[in-house]
Amino acid sequence: MSKNIILCGVGGQGTVLASRLISAAAMTKGLPVMSAETIGMAQRGGSVFSHLRIGENVYSPMIALGEADLILAFEPAEAVRLLPYLKDSGRIVVSNRPIQPVTATLSGSSYDPQVMLDYLKAHVPYLTIVDIESATREVGSSKVVNLILLGAALADGALGFTQDEMRQAIIDKIPAKFHELNFKALDYYQNIGE
Amino acid sequence: MHQEFLMGNEAIAMGAIAAGVDLVCGYPGTPSTEVLETVAKHRPQGTYVEWSVNEKTAMEMAGGAAYAGARSMVTMKQMGLNVAADPLMCLSYIGVKGGMVVLVADDPGPISSQTEQDTRTFAAFSKVPVFDPSTPREAYEMVQEAFVFSEKYQTPVFLRSTTRVSHGYESIEVKDPDEYAIHEIEGFIKDSSRWVIFPRLANMNHRKIEARNATLTDTLSDYPGNRIYREEISPAYPAAFPSNQPDEPTSPPNPFTVRAVATGGFSFTYCMETRERIRREAGESFRLFKVSTPFPFPEKKALKFLEGLDEVLCIEELDPVIERALTYVCGKYGLKTKILGKLTGDMPSAGENSREIVQQAIEGFLEIPYSNQEPLDLPPLPVRPPVLCAGCPHRASFYAVKKAMQGKKTLYCGDIGCYTLGNAMPLDMVDTCLCMGAGLGIAQAISHVEPDTSCFAFVGDSTFFASAIPSVVNAVYNQAEMTLIVLDNSTTAMTGHQPHPGTGQTMMGEIVSKISIEKILHGIGLKTVETVDPLDHARAVETVRRVATEKGVKAIIFRSPCIALPAARAAAGKTGPMVVDPEKCIGCKRCIREIGCPALVLATSDKEPDEAGIGQNGPDEAGVVKAVSIKAAIDPAQCTGCSLCSQICPVKAIGKGGGHV
Repeated sequence: MSKNIILCGVGGQGTVLASRLISAAAMTKGLPVMSAETIGMAQRGGSVFSHLRIGENVYSPMIALGEADLILAFEPAEAVRLLPYLKDSGRIVVSNRPIQPVTATLSGSSYDPQVMLDYLKAHVPYLTIVDIESATREVGSSKVVNLILLGAALADGALGFTQDEMRQAIIDKIPAKFHELNFKALDYYQNIGE
Repeated sequence: MHQEFLMGNEAIAMGAIAAGVDLVCGYPGTPSTEVLETVAKHRPQGTYVEWSVNEKTAMEMAGGAAYAGARSMVTMKQMGLNVAADPLMCLSYIGVKGGMVVLVADDPGPISSQTEQDTRTFAAFSKVPVFDPSTPREAYEMVQEAFVFSEKYQTPVFLRSTTRVSHGYESIEVKDPDEYAIHEIEGFIKDSSRWVIFPRLANMNHRKIEARNATLTDTLSDYPGNRIYREEISPAYPAAFPSNQPDEPTSPPNPFTVRAVATGGFSFTYCMETRERIRREAGESFRLFKVSTPFPFPEKKALKFLEGLDEVLCIEELDPVIERALTYVCGKYGLKTKILGKLTGDMPSAGENSREIVQQAIEGFLEIPYSNQEPLDLPPLPVRPPVLCAGCPHRASFYAVKKAMQGKKTLYCGDIGCYTLGNAMPLDMVDTCLCMGAGLGIAQAISHVEPDTSCFAFVGDSTFFASAIPSVVNAVYNQAEMTLIVLDNSTTAMTGHQPHPGTGQTMMGEIVSKISIEKILHGIGLKTVETVDPLDHARAVETVRRVATEKGVKAIIFRSPCIALPAARAAAGKTGPMVVDPEKCIGCKRCIREIGCPALVLATSDKEPDEAGIGQNGPDEAGVVKAVSIKAAIDPAQCTGCSLCSQICPVKAIGKGGGHV
């Protein structure tokens, strides 16, 4: 198996943990993994990304334009920002909830997330938009957006892992008291799909 | 051996532990910080770890430990090496007994630094050998080799990393504890002819290190990290690529036989990706020289690489180190090979490389048609500059000074840390920012040449200890007129919450007496040192007004913990977020315009403008008049309940939301 995955969002959304879980699942399967991510000043409310490359014959952790199999986007505008990285046959799983930059609040002009989602619909054949408001309400926590999105990618078959493999990664990487909540978040999309 | 998924910085730390490192010192700085943190986390019995007060002290400590025969490592970012330059230059001449590795993380871009300086250049300047890994796996191996090399040649050795190596992750084989290297520490042996640097010794040792480095260019030519990737190349032009001159009777020579690429550091990974991509299409690919010890440069290896080549493209970040070295080798040995790179304008002179930049450059150089993707026409995207967090006490501190000094002629000197972000609108409270601690020097100088300006220097608590204290002494003794503002959030926030002398804990896990900033300032001779909670806005403003008018050097310490610290987070959880009462809010937007908190947003409304009673924007492009609420709202997910906004609301429309949500 060989996969190039990009996770993107705004600093503080939990992209790093999601990236860690995918890496753990890959390593359990004995697959080599490389990744790169934003650390530092940009984490303070800036655009953040993780590049994740799974499989043999990978030399650089950085994914080239047009090379990503999957973009897991925690924010609509960030999905559009990184769209040039997506393969023609690639999939995007995106949260529909915008995070407005402070600059938008100051100038009194917020950006319209619908414009971003419409653009994605027009340009991405394999697109999953996750209604994150109802998902977090249903799951009962606003802190597991990352697991909900991961679950959606899993259900779409875009991750290349099984539900059980991701569950094992959660068990290995997350403290026991959060397991139930994380399982619930991971299973959410699968369940509504059925 | 077992497999782990490690960040480059973690790999360096685990490699140092595997080499039996006895002492690790450093000062936090992106992208180097995680090295020391990882050593501390996995610290074997008997290994000493500390965050030193600054890089100079850390370098001197690593030198001292190595004098005694211990293995030591010192960690810093590239800017920190400037602070530690004095001891390093002298350590280069004096040498060491135990292995000493100087880990410096460079920052191409730069992504979170003030300069794009290159530690490989610093290595040549200081005459200290440098290892330059390309991946976490290589960094893990190289740090262990560097210790052995350092001991063998009795010199400190650089391990130079860059952001993408330090912050990249890779699944790698690492040693189990029973495989770690074991060594005895001989102890410091008194010998003033060896350890006391006098001009005569310096002259003698200068000759020695020049001679050593000259032989090292041969020795390092055999180092496996300096490697030529080559293969049998067919004499014909690759059939997979259409010739650029289809009408020519004879096909052009195979570019792979006469043109090649030289690289090092993280750019090696980009070159390999391009090399494999070309091989997939052409069945063969270009010769590649990977330089892992840019100083001393492996000349003999370079000569082998250059055999039969007309042109070489050098792909590296920051300084053109490999390019200059190859140009020198060509001159020295009378080769006609043309060396291309940054100096010849064939590669960008600044900034980070990327997969695309490297691929385009190599394919252009080899005259292979570059398979360019049609660029997408993306809609306008929101700009997301980094901002001070919601609830950050620095925001309140800057705002208090701004209000207190309104209408006066002022200078606000900033410094290095999260609080540099105080420059952003609407606060706009950072007029200068240069390097660690520089704000104090700049403020006191301007107080001498522009006496009618109220000069302020803002400095964080960690920066205060690291590099501000001598400048306070200077200001007091030399009669400057300035106000020192210490932004004390009880941590080194920007780099991820490292302890410092004011926090009362060490990296060895000890709880110790805090060093008091107030007492230091009083000890230096400041008469006025006031400590205020910046989140008590009225009192903070009153204090600034009063203190700023006093003569001489005076200080205000704004003390309130970083909101990202676990204790502060827990407290914020109990307080709960603030809420705006929409009945009371008059839509003046003062809270939004004045303090720029990311938790403050504009509430949108679907109601008609009149019905909502809140005004409107003009018609949009489609001619539709949309109601736009101008009432403030607070994002409960971000608000920490700091209450600064409620203190400045003219109609008291913002109040406590009441408990945890």
